[in-house]
Amino acid sequence: MTPALDIRGLCKSFDRPAVAGLDLTVRAGEFYSLLGPNGAGKTTTLRMVAGLLPPDSGSIHICGIDALRSPVEAKQIVAWVSDEPMIYDKLTPYEYLEFVAGLWSLDAGVAETRARDLMDWLGLSPHAHERCEGFSKGMRQKVALAGALVHGPRVIILDEPLTGLDAGSARQVKRVLRERVAAGGTVIMTTHILEVAERMADRVGIIADGRLIAEGTLDELRAQAGRSNDSLEDTFLTLVAEQQAAA
Amino acid sequence: MTAGSLTWFANHELRLAWRDFLSMMTAGRRGRERVVAIALVVFIVFAHLLAWYFVARYVNVGTEPDKPPLVVITGTVLLSWSLLMSQAMESVTRAFYSRSDLDLILSSPAAARKIFAVRIGAMALSVILMAALLGAPIINVAIARGGARWLGAYGVVIAMGATAAACAVALTVALFRTIGPKRTRLAAQIVAAVIAAVFIIGLQVAAILSHGSLSRMMFLESDTLVALVPETDSLLWLPARAVLGDLSALAIVLGGSLALLGLTILVFSARFGDHAVAASSVTVTGARQAVRSAFRARSPARVLRQKEWTLLLRDPWLVSQTLMQLLYLLPPALLLWRSYGQGTGALVVLVPVLVMAAGQLAGGLAWLAISGEDAPDLVATAPVLAQNIVRAKIEAVLGGIGLAFAPFIGALAFLSAYHALIAALGVLAAAAAATSIQFWFRKQATRRYFRHRQTASRFATFAEAFSSISWAATAALATGGSWAAFFPAAIGVGILVAARWMSPHKA
Repeated sequence: MTPALDIRGLCKSFDRPAVAGLDLTVRAGEFYSLLGPNGAGKTTTLRMVAGLLPPDSGSIHICGIDALRSPVEAKQIVAWVSDEPMIYDKLTPYEYLEFVAGLWSLDAGVAETRARDLMDWLGLSPHAHERCEGFSKGMRQKVALAGALVHGPRVIILDEPLTGLDAGSARQVKRVLRERVAAGGTVIMTTHILEVAERMADRVGIIADGRLIAEGTLDELRAQAGRSNDSLEDTFLTLVAEQQAAA
Repeated sequence: MTAGSLTWFANHELRLAWRDFLSMMTAGRRGRERVVAIALVVFIVFAHLLAWYFVARYVNVGTEPDKPPLVVITGTVLLSWSLLMSQAMESVTRAFYSRSDLDLILSSPAAARKIFAVRIGAMALSVILMAALLGAPIINVAIARGGARWLGAYGVVIAMGATAAACAVALTVALFRTIGPKRTRLAAQIVAAVIAAVFIIGLQVAAILSHGSLSRMMFLESDTLVALVPETDSLLWLPARAVLGDLSALAIVLGGSLALLGLTILVFSARFGDHAVAASSVTVTGARQAVRSAFRARSPARVLRQKEWTLLLRDPWLVSQTLMQLLYLLPPALLLWRSYGQGTGALVVLVPVLVMAAGQLAGGLAWLAISGEDAPDLVATAPVLAQNIVRAKIEAVLGGIGLAFAPFIGALAFLSAYHALIAALGVLAAAAAATSIQFWFRKQATRRYFRHRQTASRFATFAEAFSSISWAATAALATGGSWAAFFPAAIGVGILVAARWMSPHKA
């Protein structure tokens, strides 16, 4: 089966190497969580996958499509949600979703049905025709998430999507993501909230100094760390500390 | 210096103001201080050379002058004061609505009244320094050529800055009390822009109506105006007399202004904190839009163009800033109206003004569409080729320019098809050049930095301005039927080539 994401030898340097020969494979229909300390290269990696940043070298295939050679085709099936929701203050959620549908050249009828469903699921319907300028961080993040999902992406990439959300909003976002995975979609998410990764992810990848240092289910990670009953937090800290000591 | 004393606070405020100024001049890039210092020195020398030419007629005016020089000096003082007032209102609004250190100040045991008294004083000082910097070339040349009595002009500059700051604080607080903190921000910014524009435009309109010319000086020096104004012993001329070195007039003007500023600080510093808290606690409620029944099927290019226009039209502040640029088209429109039936003589002035305005407006709109994109990640991750996104945004900008200038060009066509054609080509060239420069020097920013967009790249700012000037000069010479029009056109093209070469986005 073609993987949802296949990264080989990915490199990107700014003042120093941010991503250094990263190899990563995410299976289709999987909830994959990418963890790592600050500055490990998680966001840089995901921005390259989303087509926001050109890599220095390496390859990225999304559902079999070469994202560097055919970026438009790849973007058609990918959604990107960052930690800082970037939406238009002067548009309403309804208008924002209509704008996204236009950008993705969706059929207007299909897009509207999806938009209404998403707004219902995310609790946005009562505010569908209010401009976003008065919205809280959580509301804005939900609008951004609805925008990411309205074009029916096969791969959803989220960079710290739960940062700053209240418990209710976080639960709604997590529920929508779980439903997407249940429906066959692939979710790749970075987070610093390790409990979320522990509960939601099928597999977890740990990245440090721009490389993947460990990967697998929670049990597989524990085995790699040699600590059978630890939480993901303890396992993560052990693996990162070992990597730093080795470096 | 005792911690918590007035001088201690003043030192803190001045340090912050100095760093703001440095950051504005260097666009926040370290190591550019030397370049900025050299550019400032070049600007100061150039400004002194210009001033040497312009003030020659007035340096020998005595301390008991006739009405004409009093009118010109008073007019210039009022013009400058309106600009200072606008600047001061911007500063006061910023102080009210920026929350950066408000919580710290108000939660500290220091007396808030003292802090805000110093803050109002610091605002006045920064306005005075700005005025002194801009007025210095004229005043220095006047001193060099006309003697030390012109030192009084510096006193008037201080008085202008002090009164502008005092009036700005009083006006903003009055707006607060009448329309509330929620609406004051926008209202104050519009008032600031209108104050700056109205006096300049008012003088031009008066000049056109009385002399059929865009020259403000011609109006200020006209016999009609001189006959209308009060006699030379009127109190109205006190600032002008102070500029000319009349010490008693200077004492009254300076003393009165400083007293006004002191009174403002005394009255308003106690409540300044309350107003600032009220302003920073304002919650924006999103306006409800009309409920639509269905999504419309549109191409990516069309939704991008539509989005640009919707965002602009729904933002009253941006609309006011953009319309302010169009406000400067009122005088040429008036000139055009007056020219009907009087031949095409005035068009030599009108066509380049239109071209210049098109360049400026296009630069602003292009910045909003290209650099001021609020959701850059969304647009960049859409399955649309980057060049198609840029093309749609450029179409949105040029479409706007077309809408704004078509009525002028249409009206021109009734007078002279040739002039209308030159104007249309000039508008297109200036708008396309300004848009290209904005594209080559694009830098992601939020839309609220619209008025400070020039700080991102000084080169781009100057390139845009000189490009518009070149195309305006080309249009002016072409309207006169001169082959010399090719020279400024070549300069315009050269500026574009240089901008492309210097651009950080050559790809």
